[in-house]
Amino acid sequence: MIAAVQRLPAEVLFVVFTRTAFVAALVVLLAVASPHFLTTDNMIIVLRQAALQFLMAAGLTLVVLTGGIDLSVGAILGLAACVAAALIANGLVVLGVLAALGVGLACGLVNGALVAWVGIPAFIATYGMLWVAHGLGYVFMKGEVIHGFPAGFRAIGAGFLGGIPVPVLVGAVLLLVLHVVLHFTRFGRALYAIGGNPVAARLTGIRTRRVLVGVYALSGVLAGFAALVVIARTNAADSGTGEELLLTAIAAVCLGGTSLFGGVGGIVGTAIGSLILALVVNGMNMLGIATLWQAFAMGAIVILAVLADVSFKRRSS
Amino acid sequence: MSAVVRALRPPLGVLPELPGAAYLLALLAAGFSLASPDFLSPRNLGNVGLQAAALIIVSLGMTLVILTEGIDLSLGAVLGLCGVVFSLLLVSQGSLPLALGAALLIGLAAGCANGGLVAYAGMPPFIVTLGVYGMAQSIAMVLTGGNSVTGLPESVRWFNEGVWLGVPVPILAMAALFALTWVLLYRTRFGRYVFAIGGNRRALELAGVPVRAWLVAIYAYAGLLAAAASFIMTARMNAAHPTIGIGLEFDAIAAVILGGTSFEKGRGGLWGTLVGALAVAVLRNGLNLIGLSTEWQVAVVGLVIVGAVALDALRGRT
Repeated sequence: MIAAVQRLPAEVLFVVFTRTAFVAALVVLLAVASPHFLTTDNMIIVLRQAALQFLMAAGLTLVVLTGGIDLSVGAILGLAACVAAALIANGLVVLGVLAALGVGLACGLVNGALVAWVGIPAFIATYGMLWVAHGLGYVFMKGEVIHGFPAGFRAIGAGFLGGIPVPVLVGAVLLLVLHVVLHFTRFGRALYAIGGNPVAARLTGIRTRRVLVGVYALSGVLAGFAALVVIARTNAADSGTGEELLLTAIAAVCLGGTSLFGGVGGIVGTAIGSLILALVVNGMNMLGIATLWQAFAMGAIVILAVLADVSFKRRSS
Repeated sequence: MSAVVRALRPPLGVLPELPGAAYLLALLAAGFSLASPDFLSPRNLGNVGLQAAALIIVSLGMTLVILTEGIDLSLGAVLGLCGVVFSLLLVSQGSLPLALGAALLIGLAAGCANGGLVAYAGMPPFIVTLGVYGMAQSIAMVLTGGNSVTGLPESVRWFNEGVWLGVPVPILAMAALFALTWVLLYRTRFGRYVFAIGGNRRALELAGVPVRAWLVAIYAYAGLLAAAASFIMTARMNAAHPTIGIGLEFDAIAAVILGGTSFEKGRGGLWGTLVGALAVAVLRNGLNLIGLSTEWQVAVVGLVIVGAVALDALRGRT
């Protein structure tokens, strides 16, 4: 823990510097390449995209801070989207919202129990959950697409409030809440402590298992919440919803400077990471690069971001 | 929870040291033969063998990687990319050696990239291979525009339907690669290092062994095996689809874990993986026979893998 704190300044500086340089280069490149890039309309598109990506990556950030990983966020989001869509399309909006959060909570609790109580490595427990949730999503939907939600519900994904897209406002509120939770509550400090040194954390009296179950459950609930905003935005859900979101969410967390080894990073970084990803996706669209390349870009970004941080940490230690 | 652990331990401890997959396989075979008269027919058992061949080949490489406390989430996507490149070259150039060579080269390159980033950069294996998964998948989609590659020459079907010395070619290929991997793992320095890297990597490094180079070789071998499996998959479908391999890495991980190979300390082995892969193949085949849809199979196999790892973790507790 102490080592983590002492390491912090250089590491934070490195992350801030590389990411700022990346954003600046990207903005200049895109502004030169396309006259449409720096328009207000396009900036709103970028912001909304960034907000959606932030919602998907927020819960994952907390899990990664403990030194764990949740590979099932995309699949949980997909399953929650399917169940909620079936209810909401039939007018049961409140029940649908509760179902999405409930599905996320249930999956997250199972993840947390497997990691904290049974002792399965996080990447394998949540990888199993990925396929269980995907499978249940397929079973539930039977290959169909549900679309057409009430206008009131759609507002949380597609609406505007004072000229600002609602998902951006939702994302901003979530950012504020999670930042406060991380830095001003015992739960938040426990996450950093467990990520820095789980044994030391337990010895200082932190109930590490309970905190771990809590963080995976929270990650599941936030995935369920993101599912609601996503289907409100797209006005449709099928069993494939969420399939491609895992890499994007991990990319946002890694770009945000949260260390995969735990204990270092924060939610503000993930918001910045999401913004960078939104710029990349927007830029690829502007430059007319086929969407099929997006998975390539996400994979490359994940590897490069982690590579940069790992090699910096090595040189400085 | 600890009460459950205590209650489970005596019966589990009494059982001989067979991988859980052996019990599962016996249980599944008994259950499915009762549930469906077709299960034990020679035709169906032959089918299981053919379906299991590609999975077993991929699982062999996955076993070595997991023995080093690593994981390779990219194998399914790499297999898909190899199949696409193999088919595209075969259709456009008509040269089988060229197509085979190019596909094997792709498998090798992906494996080297995985191994290099894990060994030399010190990145966590699951994140490296997840990134490579996305990149390989994307390249396969771009090359094919998301469509299947069809119009393969008749000769390709030999990889799936051919018979040599009275044995179907996929089974033969699987047996040959199993034997090769067995010799590599149990009779060569390569194999001893695989176990040692998982057991105590630090000690090996201190002894002056170039651990990093061996790690690259292990991931590269897994990539090569995925390329080999892609020939059988492509021949079976008589076409290449960019997403054909997605999820196969999951079945392979299930096979390895069911076979008793552990993520910690280099425990496990090849025979367990063979039994584990057969158990996964029988599970899928049996679920098909009793009319459970593919959708349910995904969820059931997911539950089985989590259950197997959970049992393994509970049994390993002292």
